[in-house]
Amino acid sequence: MIDRESIAAAGPNPPLSSSEPAVVFPPASAVLAPIGKFFEWFGELGIFFWQVVRAAVTPPFEFREFIRQLDEIGSKSLPLVALAGAAVGVVLSLEARYSLTRFGAKSLLPAAIVFSVIHETGPIITGLVVSGRVGAGIGAELASMKVTEQIDAIEASAVNPYRLLAATRILACILMLPLLTLAGDACGVFMGWVTQALAEPLSFHQFINAGFKGADFNDFLPPTFKTTVFGLIIGLVACFQGMQTEGGAEGVGRAATSSVVLSSLFVILADVVLVKFILIVFP
Amino acid sequence: MLKVDPVTTSLTTREESMDAAQQIATQPPTAGEGENAPAVAVEDLHKSFGTQNVLNGVSLNVNRGETLAVLGRSGTGKSVLLRIIIGLQKPDSGSVRIHGQEITGLSLDQLGEIRKKMGFLFQHAALYDSLTVEQNVAFPLQHHKKEMSKSEQSDRARHLLAEVGMDGHFEKMPSDISGGMQKRVGLARALALDPDVLLLDEPTAGLDPISSAEIDELILKLQKEHHMASIVVTHDLHSAKTIADRLALLDKAKVVIEGSFEDLQKSDIEFVKEFLKHS
Repeated sequence: MIDRESIAAAGPNPPLSSSEPAVVFPPASAVLAPIGKFFEWFGELGIFFWQVVRAAVTPPFEFREFIRQLDEIGSKSLPLVALAGAAVGVVLSLEARYSLTRFGAKSLLPAAIVFSVIHETGPIITGLVVSGRVGAGIGAELASMKVTEQIDAIEASAVNPYRLLAATRILACILMLPLLTLAGDACGVFMGWVTQALAEPLSFHQFINAGFKGADFNDFLPPTFKTTVFGLIIGLVACFQGMQTEGGAEGVGRAATSSVVLSSLFVILADVVLVKFILIVFP
Repeated sequence: MLKVDPVTTSLTTREESMDAAQQIATQPPTAGEGENAPAVAVEDLHKSFGTQNVLNGVSLNVNRGETLAVLGRSGTGKSVLLRIIIGLQKPDSGSVRIHGQEITGLSLDQLGEIRKKMGFLFQHAALYDSLTVEQNVAFPLQHHKKEMSKSEQSDRARHLLAEVGMDGHFEKMPSDISGGMQKRVGLARALALDPDVLLLDEPTAGLDPISSAEIDELILKLQKEHHMASIVVTHDLHSAKTIADRLALLDKAKVVIEGSFEDLQKSDIEFVKEFLKHS
């Protein structure tokens, strides 16, 4: 409630007391606490990663669950990755056609599409699509298992949950990302040709010949295999966020959201580093 | 406070304890302790969460074939005690020995060897919601009884489910059965590896009186057949009286009394009187 009398008594601009500072700074702890939490999160992620690595390299190996995860992460992401790759191929073809025609370099169109797709667009789009689908899926599934004590039940049954739940999912992500990238690349290049061919007759053979002219394995393999790092990031972050969840249904929602947000963010940041690294190591 | 003397354990029990300890131990138990070791020995256990002291010097022993009920008000650390005994949580200090084997400093895989001889029934059963009832019970067998064929694992799971009165519900999903049935399935899963030690967290919580009585009868029957050391955490004094040989009452993070139901009735401790009055 507004105390009109006291406002009126204070006058239009009440003078500041000489003992009060003009600017109030937040206490140091308020600034340092989020920084501390940030480093704490990375520390816990590091410990989690070490436990997963130790579990993954010591028997017994969970082959059946690993195969199930390859299907869950790989086969079931394929339609989405293919569709995203195809859409990117169409968009690239339309945009590149407009730009290159404007600058009189229309003959470079196939090469521009192919190089763009296999160098950068294919891997990063695959990484982001998988981080959305798989990151949310793993984060929500493991978080739900955590809050309903199913992970504790696995541990109580003398089964290592890092081996059964985390290692299998992370390894499946690492293995499937390059394969999904290849599928995304193929769809992108194919739809790039379809878009091009609809505007101006051009055989697929001619398009591929022109597109891959001058390209070697260094243009193809490093960008494809960099997605193993994306797979590691997506699997690791999603498993960590899921298995560390606390607080019921709200916690499950938070874990799913943070898995997608953090894995997508780290995929993009890792891409920056990996692109520079590839350019240096494979000039 | 009444305590059980491990030396009074029968010869047969001691021999069985020793056999079990030899089977589960990743390292040999401390010299001289293996033979007379209780199935579960908790000593001077401390655990706190932040400023809240949950366990403050708790000590308990349970021998093979014996059932101990741990009673107390909500939030007195009963479930935490069970979780520490099976290694799901680490104590701040103190010792937990299973058949003479100290478990507090063991790694996850070393703990796994001990856990193969332990069964745990969670308060809400914690069944795997993506697996059928039968697959839930077969889960520990698939991971630890690889010498068994799939059909043998299935037979064993179905036999255990029949034993807990879940015949005919093998293909159902956990979400399709009642809370009481989920507890039965959880119990069957806890028994899958034929454990020496059974830990039950609130086995009758949230159940109607008839289902509670059925679960109590089931626990008694399984006790007779499997001859395990059991620790039952419960609020239900009637249930505790029915299934347990001894009762331990926790208050303010400590065991205030340990003994038979008659010992509790005779006690002059104010909290014990209060607890019995309201139960």
